[in-house]
Amino acid sequence: MYRKTVAELASALATKAVSSTELTQLYLDRIDSHQGLNAFITVDRDNALASAKAADARLAKGKGDVLTGVPMAHKDIFCTDGVLTTCGSRMLSEFVAPYSATVVEKLNDAGMIMLGKTNMDEFAMGSSNETSFFGAAKNPWDTSLVPGGSSGGSAAAVAARLAPMATGTDTGGSIRQPAALCGITGLKPSYGRVSRFGMIAFASSLDQAGPMTQTAEDAALVLNAMAGFDTRDSTSAEEAVPDFGGRLEHDIKGLRIGLPTEFFGEGLSTDVEKAVQAALEEYKKLGAELVEISLPNSSLAIPCYYVLAPAEASSNLSRYDGVRYGYRAGEYTDLVEMYERTRAEGFGAEVKRRIMIGTYALSAGYYDAYYLKAQQLRRLIAEDFKSAFEKCDVIMGPTAPSTAFALGDKSEDPVAMYLNDIYTISVNLAGLPGMSIPAGFGDGGRPIGLQLIGQYFDEARLLQVAHRYQQVTDWHRQLPGEVA
Amino acid sequence: MSISVDEVKKIAHLARLRLDEQEAQGYADSLSRILGLIEQMNAVDTTGVSPMAHPLDMHLRLREDAPTETDQRQKFQKAAPATEAGLYLVPRVIE
Repeated sequence: MYRKTVAELASALATKAVSSTELTQLYLDRIDSHQGLNAFITVDRDNALASAKAADARLAKGKGDVLTGVPMAHKDIFCTDGVLTTCGSRMLSEFVAPYSATVVEKLNDAGMIMLGKTNMDEFAMGSSNETSFFGAAKNPWDTSLVPGGSSGGSAAAVAARLAPMATGTDTGGSIRQPAALCGITGLKPSYGRVSRFGMIAFASSLDQAGPMTQTAEDAALVLNAMAGFDTRDSTSAEEAVPDFGGRLEHDIKGLRIGLPTEFFGEGLSTDVEKAVQAALEEYKKLGAELVEISLPNSSLAIPCYYVLAPAEASSNLSRYDGVRYGYRAGEYTDLVEMYERTRAEGFGAEVKRRIMIGTYALSAGYYDAYYLKAQQLRRLIAEDFKSAFEKCDVIMGPTAPSTAFALGDKSEDPVAMYLNDIYTISVNLAGLPGMSIPAGFGDGGRPIGLQLIGQYFDEARLLQVAHRYQQVTDWHRQLPGEVA
Repeated sequence: MSISVDEVKKIAHLARLRLDEQEAQGYADSLSRILGLIEQMNAVDTTGVSPMAHPLDMHLRLREDAPTETDQRQKFQKAAPATEAGLYLVPRVIE
């Protein structure tokens, strides 16, 4: 049963082949027996079982919706009323949120059962899960490897089937990269598609929440419940929300797939390139046409991002001052010392590093050279995509330059770590939707992700294109050995 | 471009982060390397390009100036490190 997708579980619940209570207990037991993965920060056993009971009552009366009774997990960046919400940080290690994020409310209203909160890089700043105050989550395919980040706990949980789906957030690749490294499906919707209300802010002009699932079909089902305009988020998009699964069964004959030359050059591992090329061959068989395109400024996406994201973070994280909520240092003599010690002790090394980059970039005398310059480059990067989409319908390439690396391998070298997101960051800068789907295995049996990039608010097309591939391949149905 | 230990200390103070000598040295090294990465931006001439602050061309919405929140002070203050009589406590700032 635990191998089933969200869609399969939903139909098993609808036909009463299983109850929500049974399913919830099954996944809670799996979480217990896989604690070594460190995928969860909090397991909310009692609430989960109580919600499951209520879901069963609704199902018994025939009043269930599509997702009623299906268990899931939230990344610990989403505020959950009455439940610990840590954002992977010592700063919030005892913070019980006084309200729930819109995403949490919506999935709750859809009848989903929250099993718990998943591990993540501290304040979503990391690509390996190693910056978490609670220790890194492990990759279920090989526990000596990182699961990717920042939504590493969510990716590990779904890959090990400790939950049939989990939420993630993606500021520079934090849904797509861990999805690729753990062999699951991850969707970052267009900026503004999913409400950011109650989602702890990292870089507000880039942050976006999305589903992490086994299949594109599941991602469509869950996005239907997550997406939509929200007055409580001032940058929420007033766009119509279609049925994201509405086009899944349409064929893709004549689809033009753009391949950016910049995504297939130096720095890409041979095993990843081979798997991506094989996936593209599969798409040709499905009737798609491959078109060469160029994103000439994409090599500058990382430098641009490492000005803009830290600048926004330094401002967003100024709220953690030890006064209204969160950690406060034990010893201080005056107010400034209280702030300084609270923040020194409450934040980890990578978060402090990014706050300092941002503070520097925004400080007097450097603003034009760094912040303004980066915003101008952001425009050029977004315009590259605009020109590219005149020649193609979707863009494809690798999600990450390599498969999962060993825990500890890059944790001492921030620049090496930042290069993991070389193919994903430009998508956030432009605000486009992007996806990673399983596309085979590389050296040592490590999962590989294929990245799909779509037009603004065209998630339905991305999901269709991903689904067609998943109809003719079974990479997404394979499980790590020790999990089965 | 490299950044000195003194500059790191200045930035850390602006960001209200206390660092010891050894940490300041470590950050001087890693921030210098990151600035080296960032300076690749200079390879492109951006003269005349209008800065992009946000991915969507959107305007801030207006709403009726009517109260929408209810008083939840007690609930919110439960998460505070120190409160008294409904107020947040901080070290004395005015003698």
